[in-house]
Amino acid sequence: MTTARNLPVSWMRNVAWTRNLALVGVLIVLFVVGALIRPDLYSDADWVVNNTLVILQHSAAIGVVTVGMTFVIIGGGIDLSVGALIALAGVWSTTVATQSFGPGGMIFCALAVGIGAGLVNGILVAYGKLVPFIATLAMLVAARGLAAQISGKQTQISGDQFINGLARTRILGVPTLVVILIVVAGLGWVLLNRTTFGRRTVAIGGNAEAARLAGINIRRHTMLLYALSGLCCGIAAVMLTSLATSSQAAAAELYELDAIAAAIIGGTLLSGGRGTIVGSMIGVVVFSTITNLFAIANLPTEVQNMVKGGIIVVAVLVQQLQFRLKKRT
Amino acid sequence: MNTGEKPGAVSISGDGEAGAMRGDVILRLSDVVKTFPGVVALSGVELEVRAGEVHCLLGQNGAGKSTLIKILAGVHAPDEGTVEWLGGPVSFGNPLAAVRAGIATIYQELDLVDDLSVAENVFLGHEPERAGFVRNGQMKRETAAILTRLGHGEIDPGRMVRDLSNAGKQLVSMARALSHQAKLIIMDEPSAVLAHDEVANLFRIIRDLTAHGIAVIYISHRLEEIREIGDRVTVLKDGRTSAVNLPARTTATRELVSRMTGRNIEYVFPPRVAVVGEKLLEVTNLTRDREFHDVSLTVHSGEIVGIAGLVGSGRSELLETIFGARRADDGTVVMNGKTIKGVSAAVRNGLGMAPEERKSQALLLGEPVYRNMTLTTFSSLGHGGFTDIGRELEAATRVAEQLQVRPLDVRRLVNTLSGGNQQKVVVGRWLLGGTKLLLLDEPTRGVDVGARAELYQVIHDLTATGVGVLLVSSEVPEVLGLADRVLVMREGRIIRTADAGLLTEDDVLDLVMAGSLHTNGDETT
Repeated sequence: MTTARNLPVSWMRNVAWTRNLALVGVLIVLFVVGALIRPDLYSDADWVVNNTLVILQHSAAIGVVTVGMTFVIIGGGIDLSVGALIALAGVWSTTVATQSFGPGGMIFCALAVGIGAGLVNGILVAYGKLVPFIATLAMLVAARGLAAQISGKQTQISGDQFINGLARTRILGVPTLVVILIVVAGLGWVLLNRTTFGRRTVAIGGNAEAARLAGINIRRHTMLLYALSGLCCGIAAVMLTSLATSSQAAAAELYELDAIAAAIIGGTLLSGGRGTIVGSMIGVVVFSTITNLFAIANLPTEVQNMVKGGIIVVAVLVQQLQFRLKKRT
Repeated sequence: MNTGEKPGAVSISGDGEAGAMRGDVILRLSDVVKTFPGVVALSGVELEVRAGEVHCLLGQNGAGKSTLIKILAGVHAPDEGTVEWLGGPVSFGNPLAAVRAGIATIYQELDLVDDLSVAENVFLGHEPERAGFVRNGQMKRETAAILTRLGHGEIDPGRMVRDLSNAGKQLVSMARALSHQAKLIIMDEPSAVLAHDEVANLFRIIRDLTAHGIAVIYISHRLEEIREIGDRVTVLKDGRTSAVNLPARTTATRELVSRMTGRNIEYVFPPRVAVVGEKLLEVTNLTRDREFHDVSLTVHSGEIVGIAGLVGSGRSELLETIFGARRADDGTVVMNGKTIKGVSAAVRNGLGMAPEERKSQALLLGEPVYRNMTLTTFSSLGHGGFTDIGRELEAATRVAEQLQVRPLDVRRLVNTLSGGNQQKVVVGRWLLGGTKLLLLDEPTRGVDVGARAELYQVIHDLTATGVGVLLVSSEVPEVLGLADRVLVMREGRIIRTADAGLLTEDDVLDLVMAGSLHTNGDETT
């Protein structure tokens, strides 16, 4: 049947694109506001390019975490432990013992710790039937505790030149951390939209019972989703270590809230079954841009947090409005 | 009524002044009509209830009983006709108005708050209070008094409703009705949730209530209960009253059943020649405690086996257990010579199921048709962990054309399709997966008459290709018209197996409602 191809794509895709365009509009507005506040800086093209790269560099670690978070939320769950897992993976990979294995050993350690802790989350949720909110909240507390114990509450300096260099080098003019984010987000997009893993994620989040009765192993898949989120935390831990040239148990505080907020602003349905990687990534950049704007304008961070809170509310209200309009037609 | 304090809710009869004398007509419905968009639910219903009687309401699924109850309970307002209550015309704008007027409804799914105490549930919405504070002591005392009158003073008013059995919860619902000084209590299939000995206790309470002048509208599919507890019977068929005020004890079963059947909906079953092949499915002594017992059946290639039974007879649970979605307590399911445990194994061995609740159990409503159709096959249609959307679209379109899904656009969102077309999508899913045996649970629920005929044709076409079908439906003519062999199920047991041609609608209704024709002492065909 050839007609199937000539008909308009489903509205779901349209909605996602309208939404992403609206978010780009928000970015433009933020840019204009910045130009109005500091015309002196924004008139310098080199500064603008450089500042944009600063914003993206700032988005890199949280962006990687948001990719994993987007998968978990689309699959019908939530992961509150991401900030704590980054801290745990960070300190574990920068102990004196681990550093003796060189950059390879440190990266392997960070990823393994992330995946391992994520698997624990996944097993608790999928096989222990714990509510994701509770399981990952418990992991948040426990992982921070373990991180504090491992580090002895001390900041651990990373002496590894390769790792520290990630935040200070560029590939084709783009900061290496931003390249890592682009690669992770690109892989995430392919995983969500082009693989059976992604299809299962959407099916389970959209209707777990239907997925189960279609023969999909929803427990194993749910477990893997949390492991994926843990893997993203491990990658982010290496990135943060590189930025700070150190790790500590208090690192990545409240990252879980930023990642969840970015996913939701990007159009991910908190009840599961719907969301896009592109939307989540724009959500991350919107948040970083606001932080950047407040720094440039020398405004207090309290106001900044109030603005962020307001944006989350507006994003969800817009989402509900879209649904209501769609139901009426 | 004295004001201020609630009069001791203890008085079961609401005795004295307004209390209708036993035998007076307290409720009269004339020519009640109710339409919903696209459906005429009630088209001329009469009902007369007297104080102190047990008035039974009888009718098949879809006859309009639920709508009628909801009108009496103030949930719906009738479009035409009159409702007279205690001698005057009334129109309840909302459920609270009906309760205040003295009509209490005990729904099948008891509407209690599990995490409140017995007393809090009984007085929910009309708690005795002083200056905004609930008077817990008074509430508990009055609840205890009502429970004592119901013969169950042993239930602690402070106990959580969650901890009670179904029978206990039903008592709390009844106590709530009495706390509102109800003069009429509507009970929707109260025995469906009760064990056998608990039913006897229910009847004792009903007799006690009616002795105090309270009227009861009793809804049940079980004829023996109607004979035991009922005074008069009103029968509904296709939204009309087909008989009013029949004596409950003396009217012949045959007459009651014939008043309920012979419906106007046309069931058109296309002709079909069954070519029955080798054995596909063999279920042996399958049991799940409290749901069904000792069920054995076989389905062959190209054969349609139908299970007739009421809601609550265990039929849907049986289907889900065969499919591996529920764990059996005993017995085996063998498909193609392999024992099935779990959904994955069932799907791998060629079983497919279209569940009863299409929207909540089968469809991804936010996804397009083709992704719903390929939900079990997207892995095998792709390569090496990647999906192949082109192939999926092609395969889904092919099946959609075969099943005549309309509109024929597999990229549309599935929730924009009609019920009948959504059902085709679910069936198409299994067709794509090369399913050899299809389990269909209420395949035509929510499907209009025209689309039904198409679905019947789809089912026939499937069997012509050698697929076996095991079908469950509460609509007896559908089971008889579609199936080659019919199993009649009642209270979790198969009570009769026969070729469809040897059974009539009346036979099957007799069986599902009254048990066995022989034990009932009625004449048999």
